[in-house]
This record gives sequence, C-alpha cells and structure tokens, in this order.
Amino acid sequence: MNPIEAEGRSVEEAVRRALSQTGWSRDRVDIEVLDEGGGLFAWLGGGRPARVRLRPRLAKVDLAVGLLKDTIRIMGVGPAAVTARVEEDRIMLDARGPALGALIGRRGVVLDDLQRLINAALAKQGDDRLMVIMDVEGYRLRREMTLRRLAERLAGQVRRGGSPVTLEPMNPRERRVIHLALKDDPHVTTRSEGEEPRRCVVIEPRRGGASPVDGMG
Amino acid sequence: MNEPIPSAARELLVLFLTRIVDHPDDVRVVEQERSGVVIFRVSVHPRDIGKVVGRGGRVVKAIRNLVRVAASCEGRRAMVEVGTP
Repeated sequence: MNPIEAEGRSVEEAVRRALSQTGWSRDRVDIEVLDEGGGLFAWLGGGRPARVRLRPRLAKVDLAVGLLKDTIRIMGVGPAAVTARVEEDRIMLDARGPALGALIGRRGVVLDDLQRLINAALAKQGDDRLMVIMDVEGYRLRREMTLRRLAERLAGQVRRGGSPVTLEPMNPRERRVIHLALKDDPHVTTRSEGEEPRRCVVIEPRRGGASPVDGMG
Repeated sequence: MNEPIPSAARELLVLFLTRIVDHPDDVRVVEQERSGVVIFRVSVHPRDIGKVVGRGGRVVKAIRNLVRVAASCEGRRAMVEVGTP
C-alpha cells in the first residue's frame, strides 16, 4: 500500500481526513508531519494548511520481512519460516528453520547486527519509532532464561561466600536481564563496571542486609 | 581485476546498503583481492555517509560483521571500506 498525503487547517484535521479517505485506522499508520501549517489567521482559513503523510505500518513490516527473507536466501541457510507481528511500537520479527545458526552467531552477535541493519533500513521510511526486535529459533528467549538462571546461581554464591562476583562482559541488554533478575533480592545488589564493550555486571552482598553471620539478628 | 565476483558477501552488502541510503543509485562496490582477503570498497552519495556509518559507527560495524560472516560461509575472508566518490 502506498503512502497518502492530506491537508487540513490543523495537523489533527489533516490526519482525520487522510484516515477517512483511506479507511485506515489510526493505530495502524505512521504519521509524518510535512508542514505544521500556520501563519497568521490560519484558523480563519488563511495561512498555510497543515500537511501530513500517512503510511500504513504494513509497509514497514513488509520491508523487514523482505529483508530477512532475502538475507536467508542469499546466505543459503533456508528453508525458513519468517513471521512478524506488531506490538505497540515494535515489530516482532521471527525466523524458524533448521539451518539458521549462522544468523545467530556467537552470543547472538550476528542476530544483533542483522537487527541493527534492518532497523537502519526502516528508519528511512518515516520518522516514527516503530522498531524491529528480531529473533531466530527463539534464541533471545532462551538466552534470557539462561542469564536469569546464572544470575540466581551466582547470587546464591555471593550470599553464602560474602564476597562479590564479577560476570563476564555483556552487552547492555544482557546486563539489564541480570540487574532485573536480582533487583528484589534481599541479600545482593548489582552494578556494572568497566567500559564497553567489556562492561561487566558485579554482584555484591547488600550492605546492611542479612549476612551469613548475623542472619539470626 | 575489479570485475565483481558473484558472492553472498557482495550480494548481502549491496542489499543492505541500497536499503539504508537515500540515493541507492549512487552506491558503488568495487572488489579487490589482496593476499587472500577480499576488500569491498564501498562509495555512497556524500549525504548518505552518515546513514551508512550510523551513530557511533554502529551501522558500518554491523555491515562489516555481516559481510565477514557471509564471506566465511563461502570460505573467504572479507573487509569493507566505506567512502565517498
């Protein structure tokens, strides 16, 4: 579907006109304001009209799906099933197939690169924030569960041993999983230290919290 | 010497470059081989250089990584250099 443009006395009116012309619903379009309109007496019918361009969100979804399918074809890692669904301002892009390991890479680095490039291509299509979150063979979900289990195991170690533990370097998203997993833990706190890309989470005993010795209080 | 050799690395490079820039017709990729390493010399429209590089060089880094992966699947080593004509 092609984008359409419309004019009105205000941005709001222009958008309403475009929607009624096309029958699209507001939550399924990206709105680009070409001209906010204005000038003196704009509301009296003088001045410049407001102009907007509406693009169905499907265009972005199609672009993302197309790019991923092309990548799979070019790299010869098919067959694969590519699906996408829109959740608020995110396109959840997902690929499943027996030979897709190359698209994940070590620690998901290829997956992150691909996601970044697909988002760079999408950024060209209007200035909204609709972003792609991509997964291959459920890797992100599995990795998150692995990290949570790791966090809990190490927190236990810190609680019993009383000394801090430094995890291996992780990207911001993975560090966030660790921080979130332990944020309500009464015995430990977490912080990050070091510089990207070697920034690490440190798990340490919570000061003033229950320690292994004075636990009886 | 610089005749394009069809390869997944090259095809992937061109695919993403042309989708990311505003002037896809100005995307040029010249291929050279030096001591077993394929070097893709990319040039784009001067106004597109920021898009290809990305904030903090993140986009160009992703392009380089992806091309390297595609090349290694074909048993080759590859590098990407980006500039303007």
